[in-house]
Amino acid sequence: MTRAKALLRDYPIIPLLILLALLVGTLEIMRPGIVGERWIANTVKFAIPLAMLAACQTLTMLTGGIDLSAAIVATISSFVMATLVPFYGATGAILLSLLPAVAIGLLNGIGVGLFRVHPLIITLGTGLIGTGCLQVYQSTVIATGSEVPEALAWLGTGRTWGFPNALVLFVPFAALILYAQRRTGFGRLLFAMGDNEGAARLAGVRGWQVHLALYALSGLIAGIAGLLYVGLIKAPSLSLAVPLMLPSVAAAVIGGTSIFGGRGGYAGTIVGALILTVLGTMLTLLQMPEGVRRILFGGIILGVAAIHLRLTDTR
Amino acid sequence: MTNEAPLLDASGVEKRFGAVVALKAAALTIRRGEIVALMGANGAGKSTFVKILTGALRADGGHVKIRGTERTVGSPAEARKSGLVPVYQEPSLIPDLDVADNLRLGGTDPAKFTAWMAELGFERFDLTAMIRELPLATLRIIDLARALASEPDVLLLDEMTAALPTDLVEAVLKVVKQQAEAGRSVIYISHRFAEIAAVCHRAVVLRDGLTQGEVPIEDGAEERIVEMMLGEAIKPGETAAQRAAPPPQGTPRAAVKNLGATGKLSDVSFALHPGEVLGVVALEGQGQDELFEVLAGARKPDRGSIEVEGTPRRFTHPADAIAAGLSFVPGNRADALAMQQSVRDNLALPFSARARAWGPINMRREGEVVANTIDRLQIDTRAQGEVGRLSGGNQQKVTIGRWLAHGCDTLLLFDPTRGIDVRTKRQIYPLVRELAASGASVLFYSSELEEIQMACDRCIVIFNGRVVDTMPAAEADEPRLMRAAYGLTGDAA
Ligand SMILES: Nc1ncnc2c1ncn2[C@@H]1O[C@H](COP(=O)(O)OP(=O)(O)OP(=O)(O)O)[C@@H](O)[C@H]1O
Ligand SMILES: [Mg+2]
Repeated sequence: MTRAKALLRDYPIIPLLILLALLVGTLEIMRPGIVGERWIANTVKFAIPLAMLAACQTLTMLTGGIDLSAAIVATISSFVMATLVPFYGATGAILLSLLPAVAIGLLNGIGVGLFRVHPLIITLGTGLIGTGCLQVYQSTVIATGSEVPEALAWLGTGRTWGFPNALVLFVPFAALILYAQRRTGFGRLLFAMGDNEGAARLAGVRGWQVHLALYALSGLIAGIAGLLYVGLIKAPSLSLAVPLMLPSVAAAVIGGTSIFGGRGGYAGTIVGALILTVLGTMLTLLQMPEGVRRILFGGIILGVAAIHLRLTDTR
Repeated sequence: MTNEAPLLDASGVEKRFGAVVALKAAALTIRRGEIVALMGANGAGKSTFVKILTGALRADGGHVKIRGTERTVGSPAEARKSGLVPVYQEPSLIPDLDVADNLRLGGTDPAKFTAWMAELGFERFDLTAMIRELPLATLRIIDLARALASEPDVLLLDEMTAALPTDLVEAVLKVVKQQAEAGRSVIYISHRFAEIAAVCHRAVVLRDGLTQGEVPIEDGAEERIVEMMLGEAIKPGETAAQRAAPPPQGTPRAAVKNLGATGKLSDVSFALHPGEVLGVVALEGQGQDELFEVLAGARKPDRGSIEVEGTPRRFTHPADAIAAGLSFVPGNRADALAMQQSVRDNLALPFSARARAWGPINMRREGEVVANTIDRLQIDTRAQGEVGRLSGGNQQKVTIGRWLAHGCDTLLLFDPTRGIDVRTKRQIYPLVRELAASGASVLFYSSELEEIQMACDRCIVIFNGRVVDTMPAAEADEPRLMRAAYGLTGDAA
């Protein structure tokens, strides 16, 4: 018993994987035959944009922050991209659309790093401002129409040999984050800053630099996630990725990243995103009123987070 | 009297943390009016034992009898009811509340608390002070006064004095003695033999979680205790008198002129030369904290100048000081450590500090540097995944080790041997000498006066924010240092 507990404590990802397997099993029992190649590919396809937005939350949460503007940034970049395609072509539109994403990220970084505004407040604020700007932008470009480039649709929805094409983007992305969080100086600093910012300072870390780089990076990731997501949904709108806001935070939390900083990592978040996606499918299948589904969804998230905390607690 | 059951009688106590065995068979008996020292090297299990006896941790096995009846101490509240009250090694006050609120949380009577504060040398103590803003030494005294206010039968003091300067240590020892005279008992943990010899009746020695035996405190006890603690005798260290220190010359590494900051540091000047270890002696709150913080770039001075290698410098961030070669080991290790990160991450932290080092880490080279440092300081790495789980002394070693690993021209050591056991102390002094011999400069504040002779070449004494005396370390005996520290030397007036 103690050995099993020690194992779980050292590898907190194991209980998450078990939970994921249990959920998939339950789903198969609920609807025999549903779990197949197609279903898996579909689930992965929907989990990927969520996992990318959850990367924004994971990285900022490691420093004790959060990025509540991420889903709006994703929406902005996708909408801007779609409306610019008629003018600049796919490549130009994609590159241009990432500019506002990074700009909002930089704004967050300046607020957190230089003016010491709480990340929750500043990202909420820039998110609102971003929403407003997007509405103004929409009213000026309404006539020109929008278009989702082929390449993005291929990436978002296509499958090759049964594998979702989005993996072409996501596998290198996840590998990079997983590598960077433990084996680069920047990654180490995220943990150190979230754990004890004063100690990092005494060790010579200029916190504002880290915050600036971090939130700009978060903006960029959110922007890319938005482009991928619009490739999947194929209908740009003013609220495209907004429903992913809270799930992106939940995926990071379920994955074992502490909102107080210093603890966690991206591996758990990926599993967290998968769990949430499977859970979403399950609740849809239950054919219950929307309200009840939400109650269940919230309750399950709380339960998982609490159990996870208990398992990884040491005493 | 001897027929009376002991107040506390623990035997065969075991505790495991995952794979780490902290206690194998710890035992201790204490009777009314006794002061018993609990001794052991860093990581021997002293703090774990205290936490078990006071209900903060649950034992995996063993027996605890309180006044003759077998008990399981389930919670701190239960321990308190049985008369067992601890002062843990790390301050247990909530930083964002004021003193009064902290007292309320613990159910402490403010009147009794204030009386004890006065007894300990803090007359008319201000209960509205925020914990965050108080110096570590004061926090320790608050912890003690709070424990005393609940009139414990057995008071358990875990390295209570490690962060205290001499005058406060005296006050604590006086109170401890009074407790025993009033028929109460004290379990006393400290790595300083002078304190043990001054107040304790006998010492219980732990090694690797096993109680080795007991030694009555009498002449020659120190050698016996050390041998029991470590399983071997250790050589006495070399003192300043045995070192021929050439008088410093040339451009100083760091020259401090008329430095002042806040109300505490008024006017301090001195020069620190390459290859020199300069001791700093001061009672609590004479401006030494501010001096070190200013030199480390963690606090802005109000006046005065700092020159490094002859060039005036202005530090606005610790990174500036580090770039100029000045590295700081703060007095409170909690200020320097990322407690949830590994020993390795903590040791290597300064390497990643600068933006140009944000890229991939050379894991092999880092691994070597870290392993080398762990080896040099003999850090007990059984719980290395999280620094917060190391024993106090081993955490302290990590804070020093970081700058050994990183390398620096000038080391600012603020009471670096806090909570470190005898063996490691005897390794740290030669290490400091070695650094100096290789051309580094060291500024060494110590609250333990005998360290000045063990580690330094010269020393300055600060009183009331000014340097009141400077002397070669060989002449820095305790009476002279104390006189100067209380401002009683000629040039102090
Ligand atoms: N929560 C924990 N998890 C894992 N290991 C722990 C934990 N707490 C203590 N340990 C380990 O138990 C051992 C004993 O630690 P303890 O703090 O009791 O030592 P100590 O005698 O008080 O040392 P010091 O003189 O340095 O304070 C150490 O090896 C330590 O790393
Ligand atoms: Mg201890």
